[in-house]
Amino acid sequence: MSLHLHGILRDIFLIEYVMQINTFRFFLLGLLFSISLSGFASGEEKTGDEKFDPKEMIMHHVKDAHSFHLWDWDGHPVSISLPVILWTDNGLTTFMSSEFHHDNSGTHIVEKNGGKFVNLHEKVYQLNDGETTVAFDAEHHPTNAVKPYDFSITRNVFMMWVSVLVLLFIFIGAARRYKKSENFVPKGIASFVEPLIVFVRDEIAVPMIGEKTYKRYMPYLLTIFFFVWINNIFGLIPIINGANVSGNIAFTFTLALFTFIITTLVGNKNYWKHIFWMPGVPVPMKIFLMPIELIGMMVKPISLMIRLFANITAGHIIILALMSLIFVFKSVAVAPVSIAFALFITVIEIIVTAIQAYIFTVLSALYFGMATEEEEH
Amino acid sequence: MDLVTPGLGLVVWTGITFIILLIILRKFAWKPILGAVGEREDSIKNALLEADKARQEMENLKSDNEKILKEARAERDAMLKDAREMKNNVISEAKEEAKTQANKIIEQAKTSIQNEKLAAITDLKNQVADLSIGIAEKVLKEQLSNKDKQEKLVESMLNDVKLN
Repeated sequence: MSLHLHGILRDIFLIEYVMQINTFRFFLLGLLFSISLSGFASGEEKTGDEKFDPKEMIMHHVKDAHSFHLWDWDGHPVSISLPVILWTDNGLTTFMSSEFHHDNSGTHIVEKNGGKFVNLHEKVYQLNDGETTVAFDAEHHPTNAVKPYDFSITRNVFMMWVSVLVLLFIFIGAARRYKKSENFVPKGIASFVEPLIVFVRDEIAVPMIGEKTYKRYMPYLLTIFFFVWINNIFGLIPIINGANVSGNIAFTFTLALFTFIITTLVGNKNYWKHIFWMPGVPVPMKIFLMPIELIGMMVKPISLMIRLFANITAGHIIILALMSLIFVFKSVAVAPVSIAFALFITVIEIIVTAIQAYIFTVLSALYFGMATEEEEH
Repeated sequence: MDLVTPGLGLVVWTGITFIILLIILRKFAWKPILGAVGEREDSIKNALLEADKARQEMENLKSDNEKILKEARAERDAMLKDAREMKNNVISEAKEEAKTQANKIIEQAKTSIQNEKLAAITDLKNQVADLSIGIAEKVLKEQLSNKDKQEKLVESMLNDVKLN
């Protein structure tokens, strides 16, 4: 129990610390948005093609997309075309995203497999039968199109796979180093990753789960730690940071779901007893605590999901917003300030990448530890 | 709202990707790395333990040596003591022996002196007797003429040769 308490306390301290960073970041974020919006408002009378919309630009960067936009060259966007995979009423439909011709306003129609598809704000819609153009309602929602099940290799999926390749390269390479070297002396990349692996083992798994059972969870904890971390880092690299994998709620949702599933599967009698029939309290209290504990069971993974998503996305938004200032004010004079601030935030973000990966792993380990804790009365 | 709604496609791909990554890394990375790290830690632990054991053994050996040395020293002392005692014994025994021997010799000497004396006395007595007889002969021969004189002579002679 003391081990867990210690872990929880440490986590609380860490979260406090991160929250301080976050408070600062969100303050800056609010400030920036107010500036950029006012700037946007003042520039509204300018002509359409000169108009710069920071919100749209930022959202475009933070959200997922069907093609990997790298840069604009001579007025044409340069992007990596990625496959679009749809499950429609007519079955599986696939085509390359280049067939949209960089259009995401829903005007360019792609006809495939007996269906008409448009890309509307990076969401693929299928037009209803007999329609030729997308009709919008007052809130700019399409009225004559439906969303098919979309399993496209979006840029987030693409970047995630790149990160997987990098992870495999690093860690299988490191593992092979051990086979080669005698006496298991770490050399090369192994000497870099070994302290991290030992850190996950000695600072996360053992104190949170316990000496006896921690080994079972090591592969999961290590994988999730490095998977989250490398995607956090990739999100910070310019040009490819259009892919905001760990700042996408689908990504964090899936990982949190895995933690939740494992917690639920390994939960022992003691764990379930503490949820449904809290020992050591009177019966009315037991009944009262049951729904609270049930909610707590759900809130844990949800907090995991939101924490990672919000932290990473906020970091992206703030850096992009700082950069937007230059274009909002249409002045190079703003650039030094913007760049200085963006650099500062980027440095914080680099720390945040590791902290968030650490927190995600620590909390996962903590939940496993709580689920497998033996009765000590 | 779009931002906080998990997209189905990415959920599915993340799930598949993560599971595959987990399986591959577990088999090809975590197992060998953790195994190697664990083995190394064990070997270090064992080496330290062994060093401790060796040190302990060394200490034991040292104390053993000291014990043996001490024993040897004690033995030597005991031997010296024994030798000294034996020497003393031998000397005292010899002295005793010599004394008894000397006493014996003296005793024998005494006895033989006594014997010699007795023999001499006997011899003397015999000679005295012989002499007496001779004298008596002469006296007799003389006394034959003078009886009184003879008797007086014998008596006075006998008084003269009275022993001791």
